[in-house]
Amino acid sequence: MENLIEVSDLRKSFGPLVAVDGVSLQIRRGEVLGFLGPNGAGKSTTMKMITGFIAPTSGAVRVCGHDVATDPIAAKRRIGYLPEGAPAYGEMTPASFLDFIADIRELRGAQKEARIREVVGKIHLEHVMTQTIDTLSKGFKRRVGLAQAILHDPEVLILDEPTDGLDPNQKHEVRSLIGEMAPNKAIVISTHILEEVDALCTRTAIIARGRLLFTGTPAELEARSHFHNAVTLTVGDAQADAVRTALAALPAVAGVETRDVGNARRRLTVLPRDGKPILELVQQTGRASGWAFDELYVESGHLDEVFRTITTTAGNAGEVTRT
Amino acid sequence: MSRIGTLFAREFRGYFATPVAYVFIVIFLFLTGIFTFYVGGFYERSQADLEPFFRYHPWLYMLLIPAISMRLWSEERKSGTLELLMTLPVSLLEAVLGKFLAAWAFTAIALALTFPIWLTVNYLGNPDNTVIAAGYLGSLLMAGGFLAIGACISALTKNQVIAFVISFVICFAFNLSGFPLVLDFFRGWAPQAIVDVIGSFSFLTHFTSIQKGVIDLRDILYFATLIAFWLYANMLAIDAKKSS
Repeated sequence: MENLIEVSDLRKSFGPLVAVDGVSLQIRRGEVLGFLGPNGAGKSTTMKMITGFIAPTSGAVRVCGHDVATDPIAAKRRIGYLPEGAPAYGEMTPASFLDFIADIRELRGAQKEARIREVVGKIHLEHVMTQTIDTLSKGFKRRVGLAQAILHDPEVLILDEPTDGLDPNQKHEVRSLIGEMAPNKAIVISTHILEEVDALCTRTAIIARGRLLFTGTPAELEARSHFHNAVTLTVGDAQADAVRTALAALPAVAGVETRDVGNARRRLTVLPRDGKPILELVQQTGRASGWAFDELYVESGHLDEVFRTITTTAGNAGEVTRT
Repeated sequence: MSRIGTLFAREFRGYFATPVAYVFIVIFLFLTGIFTFYVGGFYERSQADLEPFFRYHPWLYMLLIPAISMRLWSEERKSGTLELLMTLPVSLLEAVLGKFLAAWAFTAIALALTFPIWLTVNYLGNPDNTVIAAGYLGSLLMAGGFLAIGACISALTKNQVIAFVISFVICFAFNLSGFPLVLDFFRGWAPQAIVDVIGSFSFLTHFTSIQKGVIDLRDILYFATLIAFWLYANMLAIDAKKSS
């Protein structure tokens, strides 16, 4: 499938500060790229350059084949953008605001009305359409921003923290909405919420200090965790020490972590050596020794741990596994 | 072109969505009345013209136009909507023109609402209405000049108070540069050419000649060039400041 967004060697410096340092990315139709990174890593700056708000110091961005620097209007027509904080004109109502956006996006007549009705329905704005945006809650403001971004059914959607400030139900709704739109679009979202990446994204990109440190699927990211393929089990206190010693002695096991979970129970997490599957082995050992496990499951990996490792390790700066 | 219209309409309606429009119009009408009748001595002069009405417009605008223009861009920058606006498929020129024209149209409405004074002078005597029409045209052009200055300054800061004060000072300088106070100061030592240049920058000089009924192309051109210059500077200011 074709690349809808092509970012090549993008750099941006503000005086002596290098905010984005040589980021290259291709995003195809049908992909949802989750942009992860600590605050100030360069996520928003990169998004601002993709959408043509600020000009890069060097490098280029092409959206649907249009260079954002030399053909900005054509590129901007194909982009829907939710800027950080979902800014909107506070003195307008969602109705007049969306009407304005539709006009600027050159939606006309029946098509315009149909699009507004559809988007308002999808995002559940019906009951606030005549209130001024200033008086809306943070969640509704965010949804108005989202409605604005998808109004013209763009091929490219750039969403800077789309679920920030939403309650868990609203978060879920927005995620399903993004998931629904995903097959026909190239979508980039930035987020702090790691579970969102797992739930929503087909690919993740981790950026820190302006550099792209990792791109790959969420599963590949999880595989980097030393909890990847670890087996967690719960046993009674009486058996815990014996189980622990026996499992730790296995050659395929790198270590065992223990946590007291109350009720005279302990939870053991058995870490595999080199990330190899060890469930079978643990089960066999358990059966042979006659242990009774209360629960037993395989960990897919802890994203937050991988995220911390990647973004705080100075040694791997500049490492890009796959682009 | 239609995008300028859309931007214009949004901006223009924005004035009336808040009390800004009504406060501005009421104060403007109130002050023009005071200046015309009490300071300008409209009745005492016993002349059928609107000279005492137009005479104070440069000074009124100097105070009131920065109050209109201060929010034009600084509010967009502060609330973050500048990012929204500049990532919509509109060019910078379209955005600058849409906003400027909306503000200008708004001041035109305030100016048009002074029509009772025109009715009054026609009721009391037989004024030369072409001179009055020229006065209105000159006043509108001058308002455009002040607005263009204010719009540019507003793009330079997120703080509306700073935008107001700096615009006020620049407008004041543009008014004063035609005054003997300023010109005499230069006349003593500077060559006549420089004195003429400084004098020619004055809003007052150009406005006064239009207001007397002499519509000279050079006066029109002066205001047109001035507006174009400041709007161009406005574009540069947005470009330079938007990432900060």
